Amino acid sequence: MSGNEKAAVPQSNAKQGSGSERYAIEMLGITKVFPGVVANDGVTLRVKENEIHAILGENGAGKSTLMSILFGLYEPDGGKILVKGKEVKIHDPNEATALGIGMVHQHFKLVHNYTVTENIILGMEPRTRAGNVDIASACKRVGELSERYGLSVDPKAIIDNITVGMQQRVEILKILYRNADILIFDEPTAVLTPQEIDELMQILKLLKAEGKTIILITHKLKEIKEVAERCTVLRRGKYISTFDVATTNEQQMAEMMVGRAVKFKVDKGPAKIGPVVLNVENLTVMGAKGVPAVKNLSLEVHAGEVLGVAGVDGNGQSELIQGLTGLLPVQSGKIVLNGEDITHASIKERILKGMGHVPEDRQKHGLVLPFRLDENVVLKDFDRQPYSSRAGILNFGPIAERGKKLIEQFDIRAGEGPATIVKTMSGGNQQKVIIAREIDLSPKLLIVAQPTRGLDVGAIEYIHKRIIQERDKGRAILLVSFELDEIMSLCDRIAAISKGEIVGVVNGEDAEEYQIGAMMAGVKLDKKPAAAKIQGGA
Amino acid sequence: MPELKKEETKAETIKKSALSAFAGSDGAISILVVVLGFVCGTVLIWAVGRDPGNMYASLLQTLTGYDVLRGTWNARYIGEWLTASLPLVLCGLAMGFPARTGLFNIGAEGQYIMGMTVAQFVALYGPKVPGLHWLLALLAGALAGAIWGGVVGWLKGKYQVSEVVATIMLNYVAYYLSRFFTMLIPEANTYKTQNFPKTALLTDPFLDRITNDSRLGIGLWVMLICCVIYWFIIERTKLGFQLRATGFNREAARCSGIKVTRSLTISMAIAGAFAGLAGVVVALGSFNYGRVISSQDGYGFNGIAVALVGNSTAGGTLAAGLLFGMLASAQPLMQSRNIPKEITMIISGLVVVFISLRAGFRMIIEWRERRAAQQKRGERDD
Amino acid sequence: MINIIGMLPSILMIVAPIMIAAIGGMFSERSGVTNIGLEGLMGFGAWAAATTHVLLEGRIAGSVWIGLLMAVAIGMLVSLVHAYASISLNADQTVSGTGINLLATGATVFLDQIIFKQDRTEPFKMGMMPGPGGIYPTAYIALALLFITWFVLYKRPIGLRIRACGEHPAAAASAGVDVRKLRYLAVLVSGALAGLAGGCIVLTETIQYTNMTINGSGFIALAAVSFGRWTPKGVSGASLLFGTAMALSIYMVNIEGLRFLPPEFFNILPYIITLVTLIIFSGKDYTPRADGLPYEKGGS
Repeated sequence: MSGNEKAAVPQSNAKQGSGSERYAIEMLGITKVFPGVVANDGVTLRVKENEIHAILGENGAGKSTLMSILFGLYEPDGGKILVKGKEVKIHDPNEATALGIGMVHQHFKLVHNYTVTENIILGMEPRTRAGNVDIASACKRVGELSERYGLSVDPKAIIDNITVGMQQRVEILKILYRNADILIFDEPTAVLTPQEIDELMQILKLLKAEGKTIILITHKLKEIKEVAERCTVLRRGKYISTFDVATTNEQQMAEMMVGRAVKFKVDKGPAKIGPVVLNVENLTVMGAKGVPAVKNLSLEVHAGEVLGVAGVDGNGQSELIQGLTGLLPVQSGKIVLNGEDITHASIKERILKGMGHVPEDRQKHGLVLPFRLDENVVLKDFDRQPYSSRAGILNFGPIAERGKKLIEQFDIRAGEGPATIVKTMSGGNQQKVIIAREIDLSPKLLIVAQPTRGLDVGAIEYIHKRIIQERDKGRAILLVSFELDEIMSLCDRIAAISKGEIVGVVNGEDAEEYQIGAMMAGVKLDKKPAAAKIQGGA
Repeated sequence: MPELKKEETKAETIKKSALSAFAGSDGAISILVVVLGFVCGTVLIWAVGRDPGNMYASLLQTLTGYDVLRGTWNARYIGEWLTASLPLVLCGLAMGFPARTGLFNIGAEGQYIMGMTVAQFVALYGPKVPGLHWLLALLAGALAGAIWGGVVGWLKGKYQVSEVVATIMLNYVAYYLSRFFTMLIPEANTYKTQNFPKTALLTDPFLDRITNDSRLGIGLWVMLICCVIYWFIIERTKLGFQLRATGFNREAARCSGIKVTRSLTISMAIAGAFAGLAGVVVALGSFNYGRVISSQDGYGFNGIAVALVGNSTAGGTLAAGLLFGMLASAQPLMQSRNIPKEITMIISGLVVVFISLRAGFRMIIEWRERRAAQQKRGERDD
Repeated sequence: MINIIGMLPSILMIVAPIMIAAIGGMFSERSGVTNIGLEGLMGFGAWAAATTHVLLEGRIAGSVWIGLLMAVAIGMLVSLVHAYASISLNADQTVSGTGINLLATGATVFLDQIIFKQDRTEPFKMGMMPGPGGIYPTAYIALALLFITWFVLYKRPIGLRIRACGEHPAAAASAGVDVRKLRYLAVLVSGALAGLAGGCIVLTETIQYTNMTINGSGFIALAAVSFGRWTPKGVSGASLLFGTAMALSIYMVNIEGLRFLPPEFFNILPYIITLVTLIIFSGKDYTPRADGLPYEKGGS
């Protein structure tokens, strides 16, 4: 592919930086090809020393690939890298670390049953004279670093027992321990509450004040506006532009990212609320360690409304959904669907009584990847007529028909029609298969979890539209999402969950992000605070 | 509007995949692996100073009945070859069936022993009605194997007990139980019981005639019927759909209302039934007295190789079973020509090791394909 | 009561090889590679030890120890096959391990045919000599290995890294740890120990190698790893439990009160106990998280 092209490789501008500005990192004409796809196509990135530089792009734009190359996880097929004006080849993370480059990954690379210190020193363990691991001095050094940068991390805590926000700080400490000057953050706010996001932004500013250079990979426009000075946009592997953040608004940023005008909020009319469909009373569901993950939780969902459950990952949402759908047993409390008590019903019964579920992990719970599209579509009713005869023999004809029908109705891209093997389909289309299946079963209650995770803007718009459509048809929809924007855009009522309890329920229309954020952290706010923080750049 | 290239029903896809199974990667890899095993075996024979030609002459004689040295034909060899293949195919089915459900059943040996033991009892104490007697033995043996296998599936579903370890343990338990109970039979000594009544034997006069009085009997029909049943259940029934879904993705199956523990239990029970039938076929087809086993017959373990080479499909298992049956029944011929009979076991072992690589290659290729597809569609961002 | 204490040396004789093999299995699994082939590796080790010893007996002093050394070497060599398949080629670890088991049965008897012209090795005159109190040196070897393993895994830097490979290889890799190299090391260690265990069995419990010598001990060792929750303490306790059950099955004739039970009852006992403990104490939550999963560079 383009790896062999000798495109004009931009030259280093290290000496041309105005005044005292030098470039910490220059990636010039970087190309990286995986089998069948060009992840980076002649991308150029210049990061000045001691600046906070954002890299903006959709999922699949190539941002993480570019940074993985910088961190030594991959080697580029073309182009060159300069660190502080000197050309280098980075073959593995050790060499990157030696150059002062550190990366805080999106999916934390922490060993769950090690302590904070053990995770930090892994790979460069201090030794006692006898050659054993010198845990004592390591703990001390970690404590010192933590204080210096205001991270307040307990060196002896075990990863399993600390919050996600804290775990991220361990990742930061990991690279500070290795004397990194250039810090790369890959989608750092995906897993944080609004408060923790604020804290992270402060930490970034502090790191910059200490002289560090920061590269921030993100698709969250608000955060770019808050901390970044300059921003580079990538789209489908190609470099688009670099701009000053201060003089660019979010609408412009979004258009550069996607390549066309983007609608931020979905069109929806007022909700026509009907009777209660789902009634949850004092539900308690045990979590992984014998500790209740859902504690005495109550909520109601009406026909014709979208009830959102807002919260940060790990506060009981997964267990709530699993308790509702039957994947986990209920310790105490009641679940009533359309007047029927289904608290201890089997999963099959719940499906038959009208509970639909779009699971948060589409590949783990929603689809059988090696199966065809039509086989996946009948996954919940293959054993009933017309898909099986009474003797138990499959009828392939009706199964394929159903597949075809749904492909048309939901505009699913499937190369071989109903025979397409689902594994080969894109994430967005896979999600459409699941949604099509669930909607086609005409559920009374539709539980939707993280429906747009990892999808591109086009798929997101479609799915949001579809959810509102189903709401308008009179279905009751329970939406669980970590993306506060999504919740606020789609939901008629919003319940905030924290540590397994519903902290409060507010109306979608006049909900304030700060208010919900506080509830997600466990603080119930009745009124908007006097000095309400107005999020910049709407 | 999306462009639909071609609309196919599942039936058409089956036809296509049957063809591609032969020409496609899996069949070719299986053949390649077997050839590789033979090459290694040949080199090994040559390295210890024996003549590999003798090995191949023995194999030829087993397959066709033709004796290269003397230039004579004897159909009995063919009959013996098929007889040796019967338990291998059945035990291969016993390993392959649960493999489609995501289970690794190395308990065919124990399930086989249970089937064999129960059949021996039915043979000695059952009603001496022609036709009914051996049928009853078959059913009882299948049931015994089904129970022995089903337990493992249930334990896996309910308590997440590793089926690998559980089946091995039950193999040993079955072995000792078989010895104990068989020796309880009055007039049994420490290695055999009295002779079976004729009505219990699985002899088939027609087959006797055309194979020059070899031991091939009703077992042949049993094996063929089982192959068809295997194929039918997996490909055509809703039970098969359920089992395959569970095998590919247990969690998604559960989410869809499929009862996973039940699926695992049924799958292992059917597998156990196949292995149990293998036990009956050997006990009442190749012997006319009960045996107090002093070592494990080994069909269960060789069945593993059969299923792996046959890629857990009915047709593939049949072919692989015939292949390994040929290796096994050639052993005495080999021994008489100065080739240690264990060479066949070595070839089996090597084949299994090589086959494990196929799984690995496939995983790598799939992983790369999936990545590329994701990158292309643009939502895997690294 | 006195009978049981008198049986202690015999119990230790049977426990020692199981514990040694289990320690090896634990080491391998802590690095993320399941080793189902322990049974086969023990077989190879037992065969190597028996063959070496019987051929050198009387001609070279210490042929027993040379035999053990050969067992270790052969165990490592064969496990290299499993390591290469599982780590470099990302093969299915269960299948590759099973292949080794099948291979062991065939290869050892095949070689016996070539060397001894029969299905088993020739019996040697005298195996390993027991030490004071009738306790074989193998017990001390097992204990020493236990301590060494604990020390290496929990006190040395390499132990920290190996355990990380088994829990979260991507984390280890991004910290600059060579996951492949460490996994190879761990598998070779498990091969060495399994071979050693097999050698111990044949040199202390019997006089020759047959294909019934190992008789499931390798799988019992595997179960001990799981039941022992992959820690040195747990694994040693589990080995003690299972080994005792096996010992009982052989020596129950010495216990007055139990003579009315048929011998098969005791034969079955260790396997039933193993099974029951697996059911009751299914330690799935304690498995090293990356155990059994092939590791691909750049994957997470």
